[in-house]
Amino acid sequence: MILTTVYVLTGFVIGPLLGGLISGLDRILTARLQSRIGPPILQPFYDAAKLLGKEKTVVNVWQAFCAFGYLAATSMAVVLFFLRSDLLLILFIQAVGAVFLVVGALASTSPFSQVGAHRELLQILSYEPLLVLVVVGIYLETGSFKIGSVLTHPEPLLLKLPFLFVVLGYALTIKLRKSPFDLSTSHHAHQELVKGLLTDYSGPYLALTEIGHWYEIMLLLGLCALFWATHWVGMTILIVVTYFMEVLIDNVSARMNWRWMLGYVWAMGLTLSLVNLIWLYTA
Amino acid sequence: MLKNLIQKSRIKSPWLLHYDCSSCNGCDIEVLACLTPVYDIERFGIINVGNPKHADILLVTGTVNQRNKKVLVNLFDQMPHPKAVIAIGSCALSGGIFREAYNVVGGVDKVIPVDVYVPGCPAKPEAIIDGVVLGLEKLKTASLPARL
Repeated sequence: MILTTVYVLTGFVIGPLLGGLISGLDRILTARLQSRIGPPILQPFYDAAKLLGKEKTVVNVWQAFCAFGYLAATSMAVVLFFLRSDLLLILFIQAVGAVFLVVGALASTSPFSQVGAHRELLQILSYEPLLVLVVVGIYLETGSFKIGSVLTHPEPLLLKLPFLFVVLGYALTIKLRKSPFDLSTSHHAHQELVKGLLTDYSGPYLALTEIGHWYEIMLLLGLCALFWATHWVGMTILIVVTYFMEVLIDNVSARMNWRWMLGYVWAMGLTLSLVNLIWLYTA
Repeated sequence: MLKNLIQKSRIKSPWLLHYDCSSCNGCDIEVLACLTPVYDIERFGIINVGNPKHADILLVTGTVNQRNKKVLVNLFDQMPHPKAVIAIGSCALSGGIFREAYNVVGGVDKVIPVDVYVPGCPAKPEAIIDGVVLGLEKLKTASLPARL
C-alpha cells in the first residue's frame, strides 16, 4: 500500500519535473546545433510559471475543460506507467488525452486552430496503430501486456524487437512534435500556421497543455526505456541516444505535409512491424 | 513565494509579438537580427511567437496608417494581461518622414498606449534589446491575477 502511494506520487511529481528538465535540455541542444547559446535549462519552468500568472482568457468553456482533460489523461497515463500497469490501458488513456487537445482546439472558430486540429487528428491516425503494434510485439516476446513482466524479462527487448524500436521512434518523433512531423504545432517559430493546434489556448490553459506535454515526454521515454529494462546503464544510454537522435532529426529536416507523413509512416512503420512480428512468431 | 516565482518568471520569459505597421522593413530586419546567433535573445528566454494570445510584449515598427490601425488595436486587445508595448524606430515613434502623408495617423501612441520608445532609423539591435529590458520592468510590477 505504501509502495503504491510512493509510485503514484513519483509518477505525479517527478514526471513533469523530469519532463520539464528534458525539454529544457532539448532547447539548449537545439540552440547549440544552430550555433547559439540557448536558454537556461530551467526555461520551460519559467515559461509555465509565467503563463500560470497571466490573465485567464478563453474562447469558450469547452476549451478550458479540454485543457484540464488533457492534463488529467496524460498524468494518469504516467502514474499508471509507474504503477507497472497494463500497456494497452496506458496507450488508450494517452489517446484520450490527445483527443481532448484536438477537441479543445476545435472549440475555437479560428482557422489556425481548426487546421491545426485536423492535422493533429491525422498525426494521431499515423502513430496510434504503430504504438499498438509495438505493444503487441512486447506481448509476443514477454507473454503479457503488464509492465511488471517486461521488467522481469531476462534479456533486453531491443535484441528481439529492433525494428519495433525504430517504429516506436517514428511515433516518438510525431508525439514530441519534431520535424518532419511537426504539422499541427511545434516548439519553434514556424509561422505557417502560427501555433496551429495551440493557437487559441492562452495564459494558464497554455501552461496546462505544456505541463501535459512534459508528462507525455516522460511516458514515451518510459516506453523506450522498456526496451532495455535489464540494467539501468543500458537503459540510460538507450534513452540518451534516442532523444539526441530526435533533436538531431528535428534540426536537419523541414516540416513535411500530411500526405507524405501518413504514407511514409504507415508504409515504413507497418512494414517494419510486420517483419519484426513474423520474425518473433517463427523464431 | 508563489508571487516571487511568477514575477521572476515574467522577467525570465518574455514572449514577443512583432507587428509591422507599413514599415520599410529596416527596423523589421533589425528586430529579426536579435534572434540570430550573434545576439541570440533566446538566451534570456525571449521567443518570437507570432501569436497575440501567447505574447507578453508587442513590438511595433513603422508608421500607423488608417488601414492598419484597426489591426494594431485588435492585436493589442487579444494579448492577455500583463503586457507591454514597445515602439521601434522613428516611424513608430512619431510617423517619421511620413508624418505629413495624407493616410498616416502618426506614432503608435496615437492608437494604443506605448511603454517604451526605441529611436533610430533603423533602430540598432542593441537598442531594441535595451527597450525590451525596460519593458520588462512594467511586467514585473504588474499586478497578479486575483485568483491563481
